[in-house]
Amino acid sequence: MRRDGQKKHYVLGFFLGLFTIIQLYPLIWLVLFSFKDNMEIFGGNVLGLPHRLLWQNYNQALFSGKVGLYFVNSCLVTGATILISGLLSAMASYAITRMKWKLSKITLTIFLLGLMLPIHAALLPLFVILRNMHLLNTYWALIIPYVAFAMPMAIFIFSGFLQLIPRELEESACLDGCNIYQIFFKIVFPLIKPAVATVSIFTYLSAWNELMFAVTFISKQEFRTLTVGIMSLAGQYTTEWGPIGAGLVVATLPTILVYSLMSDQVQKSLTAGALKG
Amino acid sequence: MDKFLADKKAICVFVLPAFLIFAVIVIAPIFFSSYYSTLRWDGFGNGAFIGLQNFVGLFTNTADGFPKSIINSFILAGLSVFVQLPLALFFALVLARGIKGEVFYRTVYFIPVILSTVVIGQLWMKIYHPSFGLLNIFLSTVGLKSLTHAWLGSTDTALFAAFIPSVWQYIGYHMLLMYASAKSVSDDIYEAAKIDGASEAAIARYITIPLIMPMIKICVIFAVIGSLKSFDLVYILTGGGPVHASEVPSTLMFNTIFFKYMYGYGSAMAVFIIAECLLFTVAIQKLLKAEDSL
Repeated sequence: MRRDGQKKHYVLGFFLGLFTIIQLYPLIWLVLFSFKDNMEIFGGNVLGLPHRLLWQNYNQALFSGKVGLYFVNSCLVTGATILISGLLSAMASYAITRMKWKLSKITLTIFLLGLMLPIHAALLPLFVILRNMHLLNTYWALIIPYVAFAMPMAIFIFSGFLQLIPRELEESACLDGCNIYQIFFKIVFPLIKPAVATVSIFTYLSAWNELMFAVTFISKQEFRTLTVGIMSLAGQYTTEWGPIGAGLVVATLPTILVYSLMSDQVQKSLTAGALKG
Repeated sequence: MDKFLADKKAICVFVLPAFLIFAVIVIAPIFFSSYYSTLRWDGFGNGAFIGLQNFVGLFTNTADGFPKSIINSFILAGLSVFVQLPLALFFALVLARGIKGEVFYRTVYFIPVILSTVVIGQLWMKIYHPSFGLLNIFLSTVGLKSLTHAWLGSTDTALFAAFIPSVWQYIGYHMLLMYASAKSVSDDIYEAAKIDGASEAAIARYITIPLIMPMIKICVIFAVIGSLKSFDLVYILTGGGPVHASEVPSTLMFNTIFFKYMYGYGSAMAVFIIAECLLFTVAIQKLLKAEDSL
């Protein structure tokens, strides 16, 4: 009986281990070849440890491949998206869930409808709108759509969270002479900080990794974000694996860093959208 | 207090900025797309109104590949539901039962979910590389050299080669959703089952799976809708080629609009994708609900 259980244990352990390798090994391989040159890769050492660490691949990717520039662009666009969409969504959610007006329900429904709409539907009309407003090839061409498409999920999470806050806090603040704006910014906003973290992570992941809009709305090199930049890098160094690998590693590092520092929070954020759905 | 909360001006200040951006960027384009889809239009000047001809064309001009792209997206949906979800469910059940290293496995399995699709796409291009890719090297090493292949370049294998990475990428996500759901099942139920002598398999079959059914349904919806919308990986890996072999509706839409400059025809595809997504969401919900009442 006991031996049987142990055998099962080993079989299970084998599957878990195998799947760990399947999920992780491609990434380890990526880091390894980011330090190699073509001589080494095509000369037979595709899989093994690099003979020596070729940091110049990183140098090449960051500066001649412009990954450094793309990185800064991604930070700007993603940062602005998180701040603007977070603030606007929190404000809207507050008015929708806590304030008294007739159209609040329907407004919420309209926002939540956005969760079901594929962004493809908006691609061409947005392209035309942005072209007419001469916003193509600016940071705004990405920030504005990212903000708009981040709002449904943010409002969904914020309004769920706001419903849990007791009314008494607002009431006592009101008695102390706060006006409605002070109540929101001084009392409510600090209280929903955990939700702000969840929403920010969610927005970060979708904006940092977005491809379709980034490819379509940005054609000038100086405004390219990492996703498009990496694609052009791959086109530029088609046969040189080292610099491409280095670029991929650089693009991935911030996300991995965020994840390793707060993996629980990240996992919670990405499940938050589904758990109530 | 009530006067405060019904302050019209404050409500406008709070809601309008978000609502205006949302209405212009997310809602209005649906109407624009619907309108464009009735035009023959190359993007410059005014288009000519042609009614529903574009939609008819989607299904009659088979050389354009639209029917094929829909079938492909269904294949991807099938792979997700029948390969990805069962695997995810298996790992979720195992991990939720508190195995040694639970947190480690959960964290590692989830990593591909957070990576950029561009990174994953480029990485898998290298994995599929005919001479130096992991896959062919692995096959040669284990003595299956005859199976090595130009995976993305051949019409026989491009479809599955382009779909495997997306199955791989999101297993962790579905696993986490089902895991979180299984974790919320009360321990008392498990204890009672254990005392009654139920095996782990029986506990999973008769207790955990029925209890987390709502989450499994959500996963099915996510997997199907995600497959219908898929774009990034196919666009990066094959661009839909060779000869539409791995085409999905969104890659075809993208190429039709931005490379063939057929704005109206491409918009018809966009409208079809929206309608398809909404229809499937409702249909799956209805279907799964009907199953409940049996």
